[in-house]
Amino acid sequence: MTDPIAAAARATPDPLARRIRGLSDRAIAWLFVAPTIFLLLAINIFPLIWTVRLSFTNYRANRPNEEVEWVGLRNYIRILTDDGIWANMQTTAHFLFWTLFFQVLIGFTLAWLINRKFKGNDLLTTLIVLPMMLSPAVVGNFWTFLYQPQIGLVNYVVELVTGTPASSFSMLGPGGLAKWSIILVDTWMWTPFVMLICLAGLRSIPDYIYEAAEIDRASKWRQFWTITIPMVLPFLMLAVLFRGIENFKMFDMVVLLTGGGPGNETLLASIDLKREAFEKWRTGYSSAYAIILFVTVFGLASIYVKALNKVKER
Amino acid sequence: MKARLLAACSAAALSVAGMASAQSSELTLCWAAWDPANALVELSKDFETQSGIKMNFEFVPWPNFADRMLNELNSGGQLCDLLIGDSQWIGGSAENGHYVKLNDFFDKEGISMDDFAPATVYAYSTWPKGDPNYYALPAMGDANGWFYRKDWFARPEIQAEFKEKYGRDLAEPKTQKELLEIAQFFQGREIDGQTVYGASIFTERGSEGITMGATGALYAWGFKYENTPGSYDMEGAVNSPAAVEALEFYKELYKTGTPPGYDNAYMEQSLDAFKSGQVAMAMNWFAFFPGLYADPNTGGDKIDFFVNPPQNQPASTLGGQGISVVSYTDNMDGALAYIKWFAQPDVQKKWWSMGGYSCHKAVLEDPNFVNTAPFAGDFLEAMGAVQDFWQEPAYASLLLAMQERLHNYVVADQGTAQEALDGLIADWTEVFEDEGKL
Repeated sequence: MTDPIAAAARATPDPLARRIRGLSDRAIAWLFVAPTIFLLLAINIFPLIWTVRLSFTNYRANRPNEEVEWVGLRNYIRILTDDGIWANMQTTAHFLFWTLFFQVLIGFTLAWLINRKFKGNDLLTTLIVLPMMLSPAVVGNFWTFLYQPQIGLVNYVVELVTGTPASSFSMLGPGGLAKWSIILVDTWMWTPFVMLICLAGLRSIPDYIYEAAEIDRASKWRQFWTITIPMVLPFLMLAVLFRGIENFKMFDMVVLLTGGGPGNETLLASIDLKREAFEKWRTGYSSAYAIILFVTVFGLASIYVKALNKVKER
Repeated sequence: MKARLLAACSAAALSVAGMASAQSSELTLCWAAWDPANALVELSKDFETQSGIKMNFEFVPWPNFADRMLNELNSGGQLCDLLIGDSQWIGGSAENGHYVKLNDFFDKEGISMDDFAPATVYAYSTWPKGDPNYYALPAMGDANGWFYRKDWFARPEIQAEFKEKYGRDLAEPKTQKELLEIAQFFQGREIDGQTVYGASIFTERGSEGITMGATGALYAWGFKYENTPGSYDMEGAVNSPAAVEALEFYKELYKTGTPPGYDNAYMEQSLDAFKSGQVAMAMNWFAFFPGLYADPNTGGDKIDFFVNPPQNQPASTLGGQGISVVSYTDNMDGALAYIKWFAQPDVQKKWWSMGGYSCHKAVLEDPNFVNTAPFAGDFLEAMGAVQDFWQEPAYASLLLAMQERLHNYVVADQGTAQEALDGLIADWTEVFEDEGKL
């Protein structure tokens, strides 16, 4: 009779290391992850370090033959003391806050309404998520037409409802409406994304929790605040994180709608950064600008992720 | 085995040689995507027949043209062998080595810049400005001009009403202020049951639109970039009382004579407004005029053209481009052969006949030239008084600053004209300080 333990030991192949020229398991593990680490260093870390270096110089990418000077903190001081850039940051913050506010509010409400069984539920869900499937370029262009004062649907509806002549105001022009118009378009496009994440959260709540609450004679209102909201909150916070990061770097749609105008009314930091980097070719200066934006997003996102983890631990 | 290896290597070598040969028998010409570019494609077929070189074209829509092409040049890209680039790029492209200096080639081939209109040579070819260092051959003369609904202007009831209001006949404006009056006269008027407006003008924020439009007024009032050319002494020139008045005029024209929502309008929007019968007048580049005249709905006998009206002096904003050989080309001989072919008087005549705006004197000084198109005389007149934006290597920074200042004042209603121009001097001073020129 064969000893089963000895048989198992014999069946187990020699460690892979012995077969590949004496490499240890650890070395082989490194071999496997090395390409990924190399790519990460080449694509992410090296450009980041290079950008930091450039941010202390007067380098211009369109003048390769010009001598590059080390300017110390000059670029950072210029940016942080520039009223125009602070105005752009405020515009970005305004856009970020209101798009998140409306998308969370409407997205959650839609998810809550759609999270029940009724005829046509699937079709309605599909229709609601259509806007987020469109390209931002397409969205920017067709909303430009919708906002056109003479032939646009938006002005026509406003005239129909309020009696204000359609051609007497411009949604993308002067008068203070432009910054709200871009918020409306982004909300229209990305609310379905928030809705989908909230829907996933709502559907992950086990029915038995609500059944137990029913037995305890908890009202629907109480169930909503003590079961639904706390259990969906991590999902909601995740959606806010994704949308927040995306909207901080919003560029394409706003450029197509307003080009940053009228004046600088909708000039987001990302649009300004692109102009500095690839139209004015102030590479050193724009590198410092990019680092400041990166630190801002990274810092805010880190604080937020910590808060998200705390909510999940509850 | 050795034989197989040898065969494989030979095949590879032959295919590489074949590729190189194919490359040298092809040229890529880059330009903006617009009507004249299509005419150039047709014209270039003659070059293909004569030279055996296949022509490829890379046309980029105007809003992205500068971004796309300057990125290409700055990265040393080999997409374009020949580039018809904007006049403002010449300083940067010459100093950064993107364009080939053509003096020796011109001398060798007997191509004389004296054969081209002096204003176009100055604007499209030379760097530093006015020095006999040529980086391009004038290819497409252009300026900002105007066109209007001749059929509306001719209506007796409109004529009578205009005469009663302004005490003169309704006709092509002779001054900028007359232009404003005509725009205001048509603004909100009912014609054939449709509400129409005065004029579509350039107000675009993102690229160069509002600068190209407003300089039409600024130059006419006598705006100068510097007190002394080359001195970068801008105080009192850029913000002179005449310049302030011109900018206030442009804002008034925008506020009281343009269709609703024209707060970010450039070439396309101007054409659309005119072709859809919304406006009585419109500004745009002469390059579009052949297409406008041929338009079945608003062209022909319904349209006429006029040069940018003077105020204190005749002046038009310069458009147009020269054709340059890109330094990074792998077909230098082919590219130079194209320039040599394009510079011939016969080719230039055909270029004009196909819708391209030749700058060659053989075309422009032909006694019959003004009769060749309804806008030919206006084109000649405009090219005699063109002024261009800075052509400095830092032109993009200078242009973006002007775009911002003008749009803030004219469209977004921020501050006064004086503040806008004072601010512009501050912005430009900072740019020139960064450049080490101040």
